[in-house]
Amino acid sequence: MSSSINWTALSVFIFFFLLITVMGFAASRWQSQGSKGSALDEWGLGGRRFGTWITWFLVGGDFYTAYTIIAVPALVYAVGAYGFFALPYTIIVYPIVFAIMPKLWQVAHKNGHVTAGDVVYASYNSRPLELAVAVTGVLATMPYIALQLVGMEVVIKALGLQGEIPLFAAFVILALYTYSAGLRAPALIAFVKDLMIYIVVLTAVIVVPMKVGGYGAVFHAAAEGYKAKGSGSLTLAPGQFLPYASLALGSALAAFMYPHTLTSIFAAKSPNTIRKNAIYLPLYTLLLALIAMLGYMAYAAHIKVSAPNQVVPALFQSLFPSWFTGFAFAAIAIGALVPAAVMSIGAANLFTRNFWKAYVNPQVTHTGQAKVAKIVSLLIKLGALAFIVFVPTQYAINLQLLGGLWILQTLPSVVFGLFCKRLGGRALLLGWIAGLAYGTWTVFADGIKPVHTVAGLTAYTGLWALALNIIVVVVAQLVLGKKAQSVPAQA
Amino acid sequence: MWIILLLPFIGLLWVPFFNKLEPSLFGFPFFYWYQLLWIPVTAFLTWLVFRRYHKGDEE
Repeated sequence: MSSSINWTALSVFIFFFLLITVMGFAASRWQSQGSKGSALDEWGLGGRRFGTWITWFLVGGDFYTAYTIIAVPALVYAVGAYGFFALPYTIIVYPIVFAIMPKLWQVAHKNGHVTAGDVVYASYNSRPLELAVAVTGVLATMPYIALQLVGMEVVIKALGLQGEIPLFAAFVILALYTYSAGLRAPALIAFVKDLMIYIVVLTAVIVVPMKVGGYGAVFHAAAEGYKAKGSGSLTLAPGQFLPYASLALGSALAAFMYPHTLTSIFAAKSPNTIRKNAIYLPLYTLLLALIAMLGYMAYAAHIKVSAPNQVVPALFQSLFPSWFTGFAFAAIAIGALVPAAVMSIGAANLFTRNFWKAYVNPQVTHTGQAKVAKIVSLLIKLGALAFIVFVPTQYAINLQLLGGLWILQTLPSVVFGLFCKRLGGRALLLGWIAGLAYGTWTVFADGIKPVHTVAGLTAYTGLWALALNIIVVVVAQLVLGKKAQSVPAQA
Repeated sequence: MWIILLLPFIGLLWVPFFNKLEPSLFGFPFFYWYQLLWIPVTAFLTWLVFRRYHKGDEE
């Protein structure tokens, strides 16, 4: 990649970045007529009035991130078919969303819950379990935000800008408009972001194969590339079957436990909004699969990079005119802003509802909660920024892996209560502790790998930990006996 | 009827079934077009369940 500044690309990049900045600030006025603009419902859930289309863009916007565009092709480029586990993952996630999320929405809507922690506290009357869910959510989100910033950093560096200042500028813009507009800002920007990403990706997946001789040639070149390298392949090795399937399943189960995806779900207008989204959202998966193919196209285009993360930027730079490269990079950077904003809002909601309101100031008003959440969302983003400036990127990626494992351990607490009324908070807390401790320990003992072998079977560590979690919950429930009285919900 | 929502799990997680290059389609090896095919199929199955149970619900 060239290290000198490409002015055409940079100008186009800056133009689109400024455009969405203006939109972000304008967003605070959008759809908010006649409502109490300062309450947490307004700031943190956009007033809970998002219909099918806005929800589609918002969920798509925060689920398919810059990291997807940079890291999935990078993984595919590096290891081949194994990197494609994101494809089955983002297909089977939607039947799960369809079956579970409307129920969760109903519980949240009826009782004014904003976060998973609220739901859990109301269901089990257990402050420790509520705190466990909230802390897990915030911890799991931080490295995820950091990785969005890594995605931005990659394209900013590819534009030829050195140092941390440009990234910091982009970050300040993100922080300020999220602060003033709340969830409405990323929801509105998600429209522009998705339009740009669709244009970029559709252009790439049509033009690149045309330039290199069609998809047959793309796959052929990739196969040759892996053969020359001596690792990776277009199909899986038998030893990868179970890791592939379990990574897909585990990721799908974890996906909507994250505060940011749950935030988008709670912001929906009705359960049918969510159900319809489960039908339409797979369109994004098509996009994801095509994006993943960029990893193969890099072989056909003879791209050589020092780090896999540079594959996509390098591909655009070598095959497209500067103005389109600038447009593509802007799409990727904005694609990082939207999820980073929603993530910081989701995490801030958790802190405010399940820590501040629970322990610091139980009498806090709705307006007060919104104030706390706004400030916390800033702090969370600052933390994420500090993270990637001071901590090596490799470490952030490992923590994100750990984040997925962690958030998966909140699934029994958040979801099981919807279907089974006989579980108690203490049993779920014990399960959470067991799953978290076992999973964290295993991952570190194993040199931070995503899969681990139990009884001769190699599968995603998060799933093993979840299995232990569930076993402990069931056993503890049988030992501890019947459920504690649940409290009437509070708004 | 709800049971059809389990089909994508079987279709996509039973890896040995689709872990092969042939038959290819438009240059895409089987492994790829088979999984891509599950995108519209899953959306369609979900839509069937939606139609059966929720069409007339709130909204």
